[in-house]
Amino acid sequence: MSKSETALPEQAVVPNANKRAGRAVDPHKRSLLRQYLDNKYLVLLLLPGLIYFIIFKYVPMYGLLMSFQDYSVKLGVWGSEWVGLKHFEFLLTDPNFLMVLKNTIWISFLKILFGFPAPIILALIMNEIRAEKFKRLTQTLTYLPHFFSWVLIGGLITTILSPSTGIVNAIIKLFGGEPIYFLADKNWFVPILVITDIWKELGWGSIVYMAALAGLDSQVYEAAIMDGAGRWKQMLHITLPGIMPTVAVMLILRVGTVLDAGFDQIFNLYSPPVYDVSDIIDTYIYRMGLQNFKYSLSTAAGMFKSVIGLALVLLTNYLSNKFSGGEAGIW
Amino acid sequence: MKIKQSIGSRIATFVIYLFMILLCITTVYPFWQTLILSISSRAEAMGTGFHLWTTQPDFSAWLKIFESPVIVRACINTVIRTVGGTAFGMFISVTMAYPLAKKKFPNRKFYTALVIFTMMFNGGMIPTYILVKNLHLMDTLWALILPSAVSPFNLIIIKNFFTSIPESLEETAKIDGANDIYILWKVVLPLSMPVLATVTLWLMVGQWNSWFDAVMYTSDRSNMVLQLFLREIVITQTAMSDPTMMTNQANVVQPATESIQSAAMMFVTIPILIVYPFLQKYFAKGVMVGAIKG
Repeated sequence: MSKSETALPEQAVVPNANKRAGRAVDPHKRSLLRQYLDNKYLVLLLLPGLIYFIIFKYVPMYGLLMSFQDYSVKLGVWGSEWVGLKHFEFLLTDPNFLMVLKNTIWISFLKILFGFPAPIILALIMNEIRAEKFKRLTQTLTYLPHFFSWVLIGGLITTILSPSTGIVNAIIKLFGGEPIYFLADKNWFVPILVITDIWKELGWGSIVYMAALAGLDSQVYEAAIMDGAGRWKQMLHITLPGIMPTVAVMLILRVGTVLDAGFDQIFNLYSPPVYDVSDIIDTYIYRMGLQNFKYSLSTAAGMFKSVIGLALVLLTNYLSNKFSGGEAGIW
Repeated sequence: MKIKQSIGSRIATFVIYLFMILLCITTVYPFWQTLILSISSRAEAMGTGFHLWTTQPDFSAWLKIFESPVIVRACINTVIRTVGGTAFGMFISVTMAYPLAKKKFPNRKFYTALVIFTMMFNGGMIPTYILVKNLHLMDTLWALILPSAVSPFNLIIIKNFFTSIPESLEETAKIDGANDIYILWKVVLPLSMPVLATVTLWLMVGQWNSWFDAVMYTSDRSNMVLQLFLREIVITQTAMSDPTMMTNQANVVQPATESIQSAAMMFVTIPILIVYPFLQKYFAKGVMVGAIKG
């Protein structure tokens, strides 16, 4: 990547090439139209994608305008009545939406608090495994749940946690406890969300840290062993500081998506008894919009989420660029 | 390593291996139990607790799944959306990524920003739903294929890979008078096979697993996909009593609900389980490709 960035800028190359060809065209004076015509095959390649992005990504953004309207399907965005910030005012004073907002942030916070360190710890543990075959086998197995949909994983979880036939309650009963209906219990539902999310993404999330660990200098370890440092000391003083930059960047990027509390997961696991603790912005948007047909209100909630999400992504990307000296970040 | 391990180090090794074995068991057990439940007899399936093995194998739950009136349609539709969505997504991604990777292409920074912006900001659920409605794609497979086909993230990964290919490799073809489309097809794409393979796999898994768009955009049974079929058996549990989903023969001993659910889960899982061990390294490699800054 950096190699091609250091290549000569085009202005420096093109004039010479033209001179050699005996033409005296100053590229700065070439009209934009001329440039496009010179690259007509590239334009042809760009067009399908451009049209796709305009229709399927930018038209819906234009549709966000309906959050400032009382949208009617018959009149469309052009004809519907403008109502200003009415829907936003409603949302921010609606106890229901405030609860949804609180749930979203709380679930996300817990997922970051427990779910973020988990793959780091797993990577550190796997790094201590010397038997290559065993290591590869454990990696293959722990990556596996990442490749299944939350519909399937939701089904697995429902079976495992079933109060009558599930294995978890069988173990509880074995030790003389009372069976717990985990998925319908307000106190248990959020911890279950956090635990199952970790279970699904733990192995996959460790890949990036395994790569960072593989990049650490083995000579430093050899020197430490000469100095008599044990495995624990090596991990504490060499391994951990070595992967810290990766950890920091991953954390910053993760915080940028704090309003995504996991729609796929919750939508496949929740039920009315636990709505109070598990209703998040995305499930609220779905129910308001596609079940109650309050398009404008629902879109306002979506807009609220998108705008805060954008601000967070911009902020966190700025921070991660700053932190890593421009090495990391999405762009 | 030649250095003799201390007692503490040996204990640490033991604990580490024990932990990893336990972790692998918790990962594998749910899938194993599902497999066993799907072939257990009614009495066994209704029993509590561990389902490590079955002494009375009974395949009636699988038969019930295969007898379902929608299963063939669901399989065909899932293959159509997976192949169609992946092919369309790859076509758009590759053709758009190439001009964006060319320094000489006018306004390429603007077009790249146009793509990247959609990663950070989007219209969201309702405006997209209304778009699909206005395009008259409602209750067609196109609604499943088109809106989600292109991932801006993957497009940028491909673009970055194209940028990293030395221009000199394309020069020879250019001197011979080949146009950009020919160069992309004959020179650039063959060199980009690793990244194209990874992105293709990601898109395929994404299409295969996608279910929420089916919930939103389709209602007719003829547009059923496997994930929705699974969802109505396992999550909403509306399928069992629905004659368009399941055949209901009152006079026959029915397999346990748990067994039918398990059979449905295994049926949808098996294709991924079969290809996964062979393709795992490509999936994982892609994570690192994606980590390169563009």
